[in-house]
Amino acid sequence: MAITITGCALITAAIKAAGPVALGGRELPTWFTSVVILLSPALLAALVATQAFAEGDHLAFDADTVGVAAGGLVIWRTGSIIACVVVAAAATAAVRTV
Amino acid sequence: MSAIVFAGSAQFASVSIIAVGGGAGAAVAAASLMNSRFLPMSAAVGPSFSGGPLKRAAKGQAVVDASWAMSSRGDGSFDEHLLLGASAIAYVTWVAGTAVGAIWGDKLGDPDALGLDAIFPAFFFGLLLNELHSGRARGVAALGATIAVVLVPIAPPGIPVLVASLASLVGLTRRARAEALERQEAEGEPR
Repeated sequence: MAITITGCALITAAIKAAGPVALGGRELPTWFTSVVILLSPALLAALVATQAFAEGDHLAFDADTVGVAAGGLVIWRTGSIIACVVVAAAATAAVRTV
Repeated sequence: MSAIVFAGSAQFASVSIIAVGGGAGAAVAAASLMNSRFLPMSAAVGPSFSGGPLKRAAKGQAVVDASWAMSSRGDGSFDEHLLLGASAIAYVTWVAGTAVGAIWGDKLGDPDALGLDAIFPAFFFGLLLNELHSGRARGVAALGATIAVVLVPIAPPGIPVLVASLASLVGLTRRARAEALERQEAEGEPR
């Protein structure tokens, strides 16, 4: 277990340091900014999709899919991110009880 | 492990491999693949960090999904202080939560029954809506989600999200670059 934790810690630290060390402290070309602007929607959408639809290595439409959809509806109608996550958790829990 | 790796999904990935009898090598490999998504994230924040290389490398350690997404200003730059502050709070609660779970975990019941696993995707969904201010951003989001979902059954965990980041290369088209340049000029001096 100690080897696993040390290995994970070192590799994660290297991954996280790479960007700031290579790209910090200087002016970047416009094409780079243009790509970075679009990185947020690409990565966020991928995180939402994988966490809502994937169970391990297979796709499943289940309770948390319903919960995330309910949360999405709430933030779209009300704009409140707190209400969004509360409703998402409550809807997921509710579906699991039936 | 929570205190020094501080990356939820990678911790779960490596622990679940150990739990089914896998070796340390396989566990570390799985965690690394899972964390590979921090590569595009850290590349995106890189220019927004001040300080020398060592200081920036240290700040890079604060990059986690939620604080990275919260601190995005939507114009390609990031709020450095918001990112570091949000990660500091997340770190303290993450480690404290791990301790609570380790000590009283048996008595708390099943977190799935409370629907807690829906909180992160719902939170990211909320942040995502703030990013969809242009048709191009909506297209990239749809493309990224599609790539990720298609890859889930065929690629190791973590890879779907990493590959989905390639959807942002849409930003290399001539029109996207022209608009980014316009926005920079409209803001005057770069920060």
